[in-house]
Amino acid sequence: MDQVMTIAKTHHAEKVVRIIVRIGPLSGIEPLLLESAFSISCAGTIAEEAEFLTETLPIRVLCNNCGVESEAAINNLLCQNCGGYNTKLLSGDELILARVELENAD
Amino acid sequence: MCNTCGCNITPGNRPLVMAEKPKNGVTTVSVLQNLLSKNNHQAEHNRAHFDAQKVLVINLMSSPGSGKTALLEATIKRLRDSLKIAVIEGDLETENDTKRIQAQGVPAYQIMTGTACHLDAHLVHNALHHLALDGLDLLFIENVGNLVCPASFDLGHHRNVVLLSVTEGDDKPAKYPVMFRAADLMLISKTDLLPYLDDFSAINAEQNLHNLANDAPVIEFSAKDGNGLDAWITWLQSEITAYKALLLKQQTQRPKIQQDGQLLHAQPGNSKFYPVSNKAKVHK
Repeated sequence: MDQVMTIAKTHHAEKVVRIIVRIGPLSGIEPLLLESAFSISCAGTIAEEAEFLTETLPIRVLCNNCGVESEAAINNLLCQNCGGYNTKLLSGDELILARVELENAD
Repeated sequence: MCNTCGCNITPGNRPLVMAEKPKNGVTTVSVLQNLLSKNNHQAEHNRAHFDAQKVLVINLMSSPGSGKTALLEATIKRLRDSLKIAVIEGDLETENDTKRIQAQGVPAYQIMTGTACHLDAHLVHNALHHLALDGLDLLFIENVGNLVCPASFDLGHHRNVVLLSVTEGDDKPAKYPVMFRAADLMLISKTDLLPYLDDFSAINAEQNLHNLANDAPVIEFSAKDGNGLDAWITWLQSEITAYKALLLKQQTQRPKIQQDGQLLHAQPGNSKFYPVSNKAKVHK
């Protein structure tokens, strides 16, 4: 909320219309729980009526052995091509404030 | 890099890609800022503090009752003559664990979290005001017994150690992937109970850990009969040596599993704004 408010202030916004957060399953954050926490924390602020949207990102890994990029499951991050465990996570552990839509004074 | 999740967006092309057309006086601001940035900032501050005092900090995590405190008691008994150790205890209530540690003759500070299920960097920072770090070699942070939330918060520590007791079942790494993915070392505790359990396989537990693309070492031990403690002590000593060597090179140690996706997608530090309406630009 602090981050949203700072941005709103920087842009001299009157109202926060929409907040978009990107969440990866490996971040340990549950989108539904975050949504309900959000509605409590923005009560009484200029984001009170804001729509809170979460985008779930896929879990993708890049294999350091065979170089193939594949989609993985939360508890199986092995390369789906060669089965190697020497993989790098490309996406899936994020908790990022992606975008904020603001209404400016006319 | 892929087009699915947006990780092909680089700092160079971000303004072009992220710019959206304004509609009806609405300004869209692309932020891409880590929502835990406040915690992470404090964690970096803690880590700098630890590094200044040259103390290796280990975050000990597990479910409640897996034997974190028993492990610490046994560890302190073995190392208190050769290393200076202190412990920060995290629990919802009671100072029981702190008293057990203090009984071993080392300083301990209790963080009572009330209803909070994990420690965060700010709680640890507050605890540091009550615990002298100078001269310490090793600081353990015994996190709140919980296999979920503690994994999401950087405390400024250098290594994550996750305990799995044999009575919990060997599928825990598959059930709690966020936690076990973060482990730099997995300890299988209470192995003295193995003769009574026919359904726990250390091999399965290790396989489940490796399925998370985590090649962390696994050590089986029992704080009760002392089996396996030698391997754990050796690991600790090698970590201290490695850490001190890094400090000499003006570097620090971090838990091995960093938030890779997070780092690719979020901008480090302060967010930059790419306002799309002229009004916002004027104000900037």
